[in-house]
Amino acid sequence: MSQGRPAGARLELADVRRKLADQRGREFWRSLDELAGTEEFEELLHREFPREAASWPESVDRRRFLQLAGASLALGGLTACTRQPLEKIVPYVDQPEILVPGQPLYYATSFVHGGYATGLLAESHMGRPTKVEGNPDHPAGTGATDLFAQASILGLYDPDRSQVVRELGRIRTWDGYFQDSRETIRALDAVGGARLRILTGTITSPTLAAMIGKVLSEFPRGRWHQYEAAGRHSASAASRAAFGRDVEAVYDLTGAEIVVALDADFLTEGPGRLQHARDFARLRRIRRGKTSMNRLYSVESAPTLTGTLADHRLPVRGSEVAGVAAALARRLGVAGASGASELGGGAADWIAAAAEDLRAHAGRSVVIPGECAGAEVHTLCHAINEVLKNVGSTVRHIEPVVAEPSDQLASITELVEDMNAGEVDVLMILGGNPAYDAPADLGFKEATLKVGQRIRLSLYEDETSEYCQWHLPAAHYLESWGDARAHDGTVSLIQPLIEPLYGGKTALEALSALTEEGKRPAYDLVREHWGGVVGADGFEQRWRRWLHDGYLPETAAPEAAVSTSVEAVEDAVAAAAATGDGIELLFRPDPTIWDGRFANNGWLQECPKPLTKLTWDNAALLSPALAERLGIANEQMVELTVEGRSLSAPAWIQPGHPDNSVTLHLGYGRRRGGKVGEGTGFDAYALRAARTPWLATGVTLSPAAGSYRLASTQLHSNIELEGREAEKRHLVRTGTLDEYKKHPEFVHHMGHSPDPEVALFPAWEYDGYAWGLAVDLGSCTGCNACVIACQSENNIPVVGKEQVALGREMQWIRIDRYYQGSLDHPEVHHQPVMCMHCEQAPCEIVCPVAATVHSDEGLNEMVYNRCVGTRYCANNCPYKVRRFNFLLYSDFETPVLKMMRNPDVTVRSRGVMEKCSYCVQRINQARVAARKDRRQLRDGEVRTACQQACPTEAIVFGDINDPDSEVSRWKEEKLNYGILEELNTRPRTTYLAKLANPRPGSGNGGGHGPTSEGDDHVG
Amino acid sequence: MSVDDRMVPHKPAVIAPGHTSATVSDQIGEIVFRKTPRWWYFAFGGSFVLVMLLLMALTKLLVEGTGIWGLNNPVGWGFAIINFVWWIGIGHAGTLISAILLLLRQEWRTSINRFAEAMTLFAVACAGLYPLIHVGRPWLAYWLLPYPNTMGMWPQFRSPLVWDVFAVSTYATVSLLFWYVGLIPDLATLRDRSRSPLKQKIYGMLAMGWRGSAAHWHNYETAYLLLAGLATPLVVSVHTVVSFDFAVGQLPGWHATIFPPYFVAGAIFAGFAMVLTLAIPLRAVFNLHDFITIRHIQNMCKVMLATGLIVAYGYLVEIFMAWYSGHWLEQFMILNRITGPYRYHWWALILCNILVVQLLWIRRVRTNPVTAWIIAMFVNVGMWLERFVIVVTSLHRDFLPSSWGMYSGTFWDWATFIGSIGLFLALLFLFLRFLPMISIFEMRTILPKGESKS
Repeated sequence: MSQGRPAGARLELADVRRKLADQRGREFWRSLDELAGTEEFEELLHREFPREAASWPESVDRRRFLQLAGASLALGGLTACTRQPLEKIVPYVDQPEILVPGQPLYYATSFVHGGYATGLLAESHMGRPTKVEGNPDHPAGTGATDLFAQASILGLYDPDRSQVVRELGRIRTWDGYFQDSRETIRALDAVGGARLRILTGTITSPTLAAMIGKVLSEFPRGRWHQYEAAGRHSASAASRAAFGRDVEAVYDLTGAEIVVALDADFLTEGPGRLQHARDFARLRRIRRGKTSMNRLYSVESAPTLTGTLADHRLPVRGSEVAGVAAALARRLGVAGASGASELGGGAADWIAAAAEDLRAHAGRSVVIPGECAGAEVHTLCHAINEVLKNVGSTVRHIEPVVAEPSDQLASITELVEDMNAGEVDVLMILGGNPAYDAPADLGFKEATLKVGQRIRLSLYEDETSEYCQWHLPAAHYLESWGDARAHDGTVSLIQPLIEPLYGGKTALEALSALTEEGKRPAYDLVREHWGGVVGADGFEQRWRRWLHDGYLPETAAPEAAVSTSVEAVEDAVAAAAATGDGIELLFRPDPTIWDGRFANNGWLQECPKPLTKLTWDNAALLSPALAERLGIANEQMVELTVEGRSLSAPAWIQPGHPDNSVTLHLGYGRRRGGKVGEGTGFDAYALRAARTPWLATGVTLSPAAGSYRLASTQLHSNIELEGREAEKRHLVRTGTLDEYKKHPEFVHHMGHSPDPEVALFPAWEYDGYAWGLAVDLGSCTGCNACVIACQSENNIPVVGKEQVALGREMQWIRIDRYYQGSLDHPEVHHQPVMCMHCEQAPCEIVCPVAATVHSDEGLNEMVYNRCVGTRYCANNCPYKVRRFNFLLYSDFETPVLKMMRNPDVTVRSRGVMEKCSYCVQRINQARVAARKDRRQLRDGEVRTACQQACPTEAIVFGDINDPDSEVSRWKEEKLNYGILEELNTRPRTTYLAKLANPRPGSGNGGGHGPTSEGDDHVG
Repeated sequence: MSVDDRMVPHKPAVIAPGHTSATVSDQIGEIVFRKTPRWWYFAFGGSFVLVMLLLMALTKLLVEGTGIWGLNNPVGWGFAIINFVWWIGIGHAGTLISAILLLLRQEWRTSINRFAEAMTLFAVACAGLYPLIHVGRPWLAYWLLPYPNTMGMWPQFRSPLVWDVFAVSTYATVSLLFWYVGLIPDLATLRDRSRSPLKQKIYGMLAMGWRGSAAHWHNYETAYLLLAGLATPLVVSVHTVVSFDFAVGQLPGWHATIFPPYFVAGAIFAGFAMVLTLAIPLRAVFNLHDFITIRHIQNMCKVMLATGLIVAYGYLVEIFMAWYSGHWLEQFMILNRITGPYRYHWWALILCNILVVQLLWIRRVRTNPVTAWIIAMFVNVGMWLERFVIVVTSLHRDFLPSSWGMYSGTFWDWATFIGSIGLFLALLFLFLRFLPMISIFEMRTILPKGESKS
């Protein structure tokens, strides 16, 4: 025993006991020292007593040992008591300037998604980030955010994040890694050069790219690969094909009167999505005096949110999109497109109409290809935009924002080949999760095993960490220094709001360890990089300015003068001609958990996916016709087989889905990476090949045995009845622009609103503020940003799949989805529903304990402390906006989640009703500030969380007693109406009817006329 | 000796011939004093097991929360409210029999009023449990009571749930008093007849020094009559207030002015069904054919038939009003009840509460205890279904189709319901064992005096 045990062998307790029993006298103590020295034992200590681990004395005599053992026993007993520890609140000795307890501070930082940055302002309460908002001053920002940015707060505090450095599963230190990796790579370098491979996601960060460059310059045999599972593969391939080099197309919709989307969900996907959404919605909004709208034509292979707003929607199979693009190009006289074939059926008329509109609006129109459309679609779009003279007005080509543009699919394929050939010594995987999301046909996981040293940096110990010797915990962006570029190239700074919670470090730091200088802090690296770029002169002042603003001014990417080559168009037209028969399989990033990176985020898991309203799972989406033909029902398992790879997943019938095709969302079926996401859904990557990242043909689909329960927040059994009843009740009111011009009052003829004068009692006079809210249904894209923003602002708990399936989800805003028209080609309407704050609220009179009462500003307030939970209010609420804590949903246990909560909002316990409060905490905060200045609140000073997050500015909140406020002006509009007004509830939340702008004389309402039968369907 | 058939034509007797004061006292009192029969242990044991189930369900409820039930977002009320209304309705028959029939001088009520009153009391106890436990935070349910407190808060008096608190607590109090006052002379009889000193002490204490003097009888008669007068409006008011829980809400299917009378009729309907359900087996087991005669059964069947027709009228008016109002929401609600996902519940309700009850038009069905009992069981089930249909089918598809949902009871819902039936039965068996289930002294008053002396 006194002799060393073989390193790496497991410490068997029984073994140790037996050995200890054999020892006597002094030898025993020496043996214990020996034991304490082993790494296994250290790990054991780390697990059980993290603090004491470091202070294990070097030598212990018998007396001391017995004392310690006795004391441990006694103290161990003590800790088992449930008595609350004494906690003292200690004030700051040196109060930091500007920090006032109770008053949040905002810092500019950036959220990076798919490589591209969104400028943010992060709200910090006493050093804890609790909420993020868009940075309105950012040149590439809109002040809005998407659901991913909103949910990133939960990602920061996620207790499942990786918390320790591990080597082969054993706990090590960062210093251990820095030293070890340096030694390893230097040793390799000494023998003919280290064959180092760095694998990252898409990188736009100039500092990180420079750091990678530096590392590679020191190890010339190294290479850098990028792979983003839901990356912009088609866009970059098309750029090289059409222009011969890498540029990026940026779309400016501020002047785009005709928008044609070719399989493009440009409102919710791609780096410019927030900008697109805002500009598109602005041109669409009808307000007094302005009666013009843009018009959207949308071809789509999988139903998307953009398609739901389309004036003319054309559902086609994925392989037919390019054909539509080619036919459109031919009609518009694109050089090289004359060989395109005409399409038959409704598609021809659709294309003719779109082409005519585009031609009539040359220079004021845009054709946008989708991120998941084929490269040939992108090429054709570039050519069409050129022909229409849109380039320079609505389309700009800029030098690549991505630091090193590459064909990522080829790059990862090459990496796997090299690994298999044994040509890689060290593989560093920074971010991403290739063992899970690399194309299934490559065999990435098996290939990694042929690499000597595998190092992995990520937020979670996930599937990829399993295949690496070293796992390093990554810092969350809210804990990091760094930079990244926004979609127009503007450099945005990432500054930390908090020290790394779990000891994570950034990729910059992990890489710096390999360089000559050794490990450096990220702060220094970022400053040094930009100091080098702009010079030391006045750098400190500039740096402070940048940090304050969140971006570096005038760093947008320069324009690139490129034109599409005719050969590329010809190639694209030729490629477009090939359409396969049989069933097609579409891969799309998941609308809430994206490529799987947000799988452990409960907010996003529970956020109802647009259209399907599914939570916690993905499903094989297929058209009603296909389901009928194959006799498949909702939730029934189906088997999908592509090139010998197969997957069983539950079916979900999606109205409006093109026939003979199946859509599968990526990101589910995670095996590792946190207890929230593990075991949810089905792994679509298992079917995905490198050549066909978005569309697989030759798929066999067969019903399989069994079924799988899916949790949808809207009943799915009776879509038709639901739609019919919604129409009868005039919940979503729609019309066309023409109708509106002819009868501006048409909305008011739809429902019945009682005369407010007819009442038993005189109405209450609101002589101060009177809060109200209006939602523009015409602008709402159903993107869910408001849902998550509200969840973050108001400490709304996550309830889990079982509870959602029972109908107990807790989100305060829901986005109601209604189908109208035929199953094969329905119109889709989104209606965000939050509390209506009825002036005559049905909930208030039935509460027996006065726990829900009316404020003198017209808010319907919930007094959580007073609520006993009779649920009578929820029964009597016609809008069903009340949410009940049936069980203890809020997590009162996990300490780290307490830091995340908004301190201005009560965390609700079980047995209590809750609902939208119009963000009353924000109203009160603003009111206090205004009162200190002895002034009235200004319009726009109070913004609700949903309003602030909304990318399309579809929600407006304010004082309806002020006739000049934005909300008053909205409510003055002829399109304004309240839902269920006939109940005389007098809702403070009202809606602006949704208008469509179909092409005059197109014979139907496109997708949206009230009488539309939706007959523009591909034959 | 025998009742003169010519004097009371076509009316079977309310007490069998041949009884005297002594035989009445003997036969009824003997039930309490004789050795506990074996079946009693089994019956009580069985219901005690169900009480344990109830306790288990309640413990689970208090520890975990209302979420153990099947409630969800559109359907905020479920089994707890259904059971509450069901139990409270059952109680009504007891009050009706003892108070209203007393005032109307219906002598035949005498042999059934005692256990009908006991049934009322136990049903109200079961009913009273539900409003307490159905709230999200039961430990704060006392906030519904108006009491001076440091919060400076009163209940919100516009809420029908507050009215409920008053209605049900008044009802429980009056029912208890009425039952207990009525028991006093019999407790004295038991005191006098019991041979064990312990029993003498206990019954003696409960009898409150009753000696049967003329002054006692005078006071007793006055008090009993006054209580009957107090209890009479309660028969109407309690279920009226309970119906307000729904009628005040603005939900289609709840918001109807017919609810109060329709609920009261339903309550009496359900109550008589329950009295029959209990009386017919008891009569057989305790050999009480002499006291609970076919005439009683027949009379109760007639009341059931009459109230059943009122209830049927209520259903028809609901459907008629949906059509007549021309309101799409009302129409949708009715159609959804009849053809929607809960249509089987609705049709079962029609079968139990309307169709089966029509058999009572036939004299042979009314006078046969077995058929009467079977029909009463149908009504018990039907009235539970009625409340299920009102509560659940109105809520599950209301105004916004986006928020529609489905509801079904979980194991714990059923455990609580069945457990409360166990509680009811356990209390009933204790009552049968330790107190005279038929009023001895009142039975003496209906003895056919004139003839017996001849």
